Amino acid sequence: MRAALFLIALVVLALAPVAAPWLQFVLTLAIAKGFAALGVAVLLRGGLISIGHAMFYAVSAYAIAFLARAGVNEFVLLLLLGTFASAVAGLVVGAFMVRYRAIFFAMLNLAMSMVLYALISKLYGITGGTDGMRLAVPSFFGVTLDKARFDTALYYAGIVLMVGVGYGVQRYLASPLGHALSAVHTNELRLEYLGVPVRIVLLIAYTISAALAGIGGAIAAMAIGHILPEFAFWTASGHLVLVAVLGGIGGVAGPFIGSLFLEVLHTVAVGITDAWNLIIGVALIGVIFFLPSGLYGLLRRRSGEPA
Amino acid sequence: MTTPLLQAKDLRIAFYGVKAADGVNLEIREGEFLAIIGPNGSGKTTFLNLCTGYLRPSSGEVYLDGKPITAMAPRTIARRGIARAFQIPQLFLDQSVLDNLMIAVAAKRGIWVPFKALGAEGRRQEAEELLALVGLDREAGQLAGTLPEGRRKLLDIVIALALKPRLVLLDEPTSGVSTIERFTLMETLMGALRQAKVTALFVEHDMDVVQRYADRVVVWDSGSVMAEGPPSVVFKDERVLRNVVGVA
Amino acid sequence: MLDTLIPLAVDGLASAALIFFVAVGLTLVFSVLRVLNVAHGSFYSIGAYVAASVGLWIAGAGLNPWLSFPALILSAAIVAALFGPLVERCLMRWTYGKSEAIQILVTFGLFLILEDLQRIVFGVSSLAEDTPMQLLGSTRIGGVIYLNYQLLLIALAALVVIGLRVLLTKTRIGRLVTAVVADREMAQSIGINTNRVFILSFSLGVFLAALGGALATPTAGAAPGLGAETMVLAFAVAAIGGLGQIEGAALAAIIVGLARVLAIYFAPELDAVAPYIVMLVVLLIRPYGLFGQAATRRI
Repeated sequence: MRAALFLIALVVLALAPVAAPWLQFVLTLAIAKGFAALGVAVLLRGGLISIGHAMFYAVSAYAIAFLARAGVNEFVLLLLLGTFASAVAGLVVGAFMVRYRAIFFAMLNLAMSMVLYALISKLYGITGGTDGMRLAVPSFFGVTLDKARFDTALYYAGIVLMVGVGYGVQRYLASPLGHALSAVHTNELRLEYLGVPVRIVLLIAYTISAALAGIGGAIAAMAIGHILPEFAFWTASGHLVLVAVLGGIGGVAGPFIGSLFLEVLHTVAVGITDAWNLIIGVALIGVIFFLPSGLYGLLRRRSGEPA
Repeated sequence: MTTPLLQAKDLRIAFYGVKAADGVNLEIREGEFLAIIGPNGSGKTTFLNLCTGYLRPSSGEVYLDGKPITAMAPRTIARRGIARAFQIPQLFLDQSVLDNLMIAVAAKRGIWVPFKALGAEGRRQEAEELLALVGLDREAGQLAGTLPEGRRKLLDIVIALALKPRLVLLDEPTSGVSTIERFTLMETLMGALRQAKVTALFVEHDMDVVQRYADRVVVWDSGSVMAEGPPSVVFKDERVLRNVVGVA
Repeated sequence: MLDTLIPLAVDGLASAALIFFVAVGLTLVFSVLRVLNVAHGSFYSIGAYVAASVGLWIAGAGLNPWLSFPALILSAAIVAALFGPLVERCLMRWTYGKSEAIQILVTFGLFLILEDLQRIVFGVSSLAEDTPMQLLGSTRIGGVIYLNYQLLLIALAALVVIGLRVLLTKTRIGRLVTAVVADREMAQSIGINTNRVFILSFSLGVFLAALGGALATPTAGAAPGLGAETMVLAFAVAAIGGLGQIEGAALAAIIVGLARVLAIYFAPELDAVAPYIVMLVVLLIRPYGLFGQAATRRI
C-alpha cells in the first residue's frame, strides 16, 4: 500500500511538468529546499534545532559559483563538489556545535550563519556582495544543453537524487547510529553511560545534515543560476525548520512533502493574496498545537514525559 | 591476596563545604554482592558518581583491576567494564523496551554500522534473550515510558547488564517499588546477576533486602565508611544499629 | 587616532544602546517565561513604525515639536499595551514547559505573522522623522561635534539598567517576578499569581523592544526588514551577556558597540560581522555567556 502510494507520488511528480510546464521550476526548487529541510529534520531527531542551516545551503551554492568561475562546468562535478564543500563546512562547524544543546545550539548556528551572511554580502570583490554571483548553464554528463533542456534534466536528476539519497538517509536513521541520535534527545546521560561517544554521534549527524543542505543548495544554484547572500539569511534557515516540521520529521519523506506542498501552494497563493507569511505563520502555529501527530517525537516534552 | 576489582583510595569531594566524600577507602572483590547502606545525604550516590566519572574527586584515586580510572569520562569507564543502573531509571522513554535494549547491545558491540538495521546482525536476538532473562519479554513492544516504576527499574538494570560489565553499580534497585514486589524484583535481579557472573555493588535502604542478599555490607556515614563486614556482624554493631538502621 | 575613535565610540555606544533595549527585553522575557522569543525583534520594528507615524502626525498637525519626545515613549507604550497581554495570553503561554524546538517554531510563526501585519499596515516604504534629533542639536567638546540625541540614548540605556534593577529588587511586583524566576513551582505554591507576572514581564519586554525601535527613528527611521536584523543582533547581545542577565546584556551591548567601532576603524567590511564574531568567541569560552550559569542536573 505504502509502496503503491510512493510510486503514484513519483509518477505524478515526473509527469507534472508535462501537464503544467510552469511547475517544473517550482518543483525543482521545492526538491532543493526539501533536501535542506531533511538536513534540519535529521538534527531535530537528535533534539537539536538549528536556525542557521541555510548557511550550508549557501556554502554549496557559492562553492559551485566559484568552481564555475574557475572553469568547472559539469553538473555531476559541481553537484559532488558543492555537496562536499558543505559536508566539510559541516564537519568543521559541527566540531564546535556538538558541545552545545538546546537554545545555545540554536543560537550558535544562527550566529555562525549570520557571520557567513555578513561576510558574503560585504566582500564585494570576492562574492559580488549583494549583487550575488551568476552561474552559466553547466553541461550535463558531458552533454552541452540549452537552458530549457538543462532545467528539465536537472529536475529529473533531482527526483532521482531525492529517491536515492532519501533511501540512504532512511537506512542511516534505522541503524544503531540513527537510533543513538534519537537517544541523545531522550536521554543523553544513559547513552553516555552505555559507552557511546555522544559528540561523535552528533558530529556525524551534523555533517550528514550539512551535506543534505549542500545537495539542496547545489540544485537551487543550478536551477536559479543566480546566487545571492539571502541564501544564508536567518529567515531562510527559519523557513527550513518550518518546512521540516510542517511535513513531519517522522519519516524521510516528510520534509520533501512539506516542501513540495508549500512551494506549490506559495506559487498559487501569491496570485491571490499578499499575506503569505501571515497565512504560513498561522498554519505553522496551528500544526504545532493541533496536529501533534505530524510532529512525531517533537511534541513530547523534555525529560521524556509522554506527550 | 589478589588485586580487588574496584578500589577507592582516600576519595574526597565537597559541595559548598559539605563533604560528600571525606576520605573514602573501599574495595570490591571479584564475584561479591556488596551493599552500601547509610542515612540519606551520607554520600552514597556521590560515591557511585565518583566511580563512574560523572564527578571528579578533589583528591584520591579509583582503580579498576589495579589501574587508575579516576576522572575518566563516564563512557570510557563504561567501556572498561563498569555499568550503572540509576535510582531514577534512565531510559529512552519514547522508544520501545526492545529498542532500549537493542541500543544497549549495539553500544556494546559497536554502533559504527551506518547502514545495518538496529535489529540486524543478532542484536535483536541478544536483546530478546536478555529481556526473557528478567521476564520483560512480554513488554518488549511497549514504549518504555508506559512501564510502571518497578518494570522501569528492571529495564534500567538489564540495560546495564547488556554491556556485559565486570562490575555493575545499582543505585537503590528497590526504591519506588512496593514491599511486596521488592523481593520478587531482587530474586529476578540476583538470578540475572549470577547468570551473567557479574560483580555487583548496590546502594540500598531496605535492611531486609540487604540482610538477605548481600555478601558484605559497607556502612556509610557523613562521607566515609563507618563500618564494614558480613551482614551478620555489621547488624550487631551498636553504632550501626543506632545511626543507620534505626534511622532507616 | 583618538580624535576619530572617540566620536566613533559615541556613535557605536548610541547604536549599542538601541540594541540593548531590545536585548534586555529579550533576556527579561527569557528569564521569566523561559522562552526565547524569535519574534522579539518585530516589536522593535513595529515600535519604530508607530513612532515614526506618530512623529509625522505631530509635525503634520502643527503641534508643539517638543511633544515628539513623550510621543516616542507613548508609541512604545501603545505597542506594549496592544501586543503584550494579547500575545502572552493567546500564544506564549501554550509554549511554557515545551521543548525549545517547539518554542522557537511557535515564535518564528509569530515573527512571520507580525512581519506581514507590519507590511500590511505600514506598507513597504521606509519612514523618517528626525525632529527630536534636530531639537536637541549638538555639543562641541574639544573640537569634536557630538549629537546630543546620541548622548541621551546612552544615558537612557544606563537609566534602564538601574531602573530594572530597582524595579526587581525594591518593588513588590519586582520581587514577585524574581520569585517566579528563581522557582516557578514554588512561587505558584505559595500563592503568587504567576499569570499576572507572565503578562507583566512579557509586556515590559515588548515595551523595551518597541522603545528601542521608537528611539531609533530620529536617527535611523523605520524600514522593512528591520525586525529580522534587529532580532539576531539582540540575540547576540543577550547571548554574550548570558541569557537572563540584565547587567550582562548591558556589558555585552557595550562590548559589541566598541567592537563595531574598532571594526569600522580598522576593517570596515567587518562592521556587520563584528557582533557575531564577539558572540562566537564568548560562547566558545563561556558557553552560558559572560554572566550566565549552567543549569545542573541531578541523577
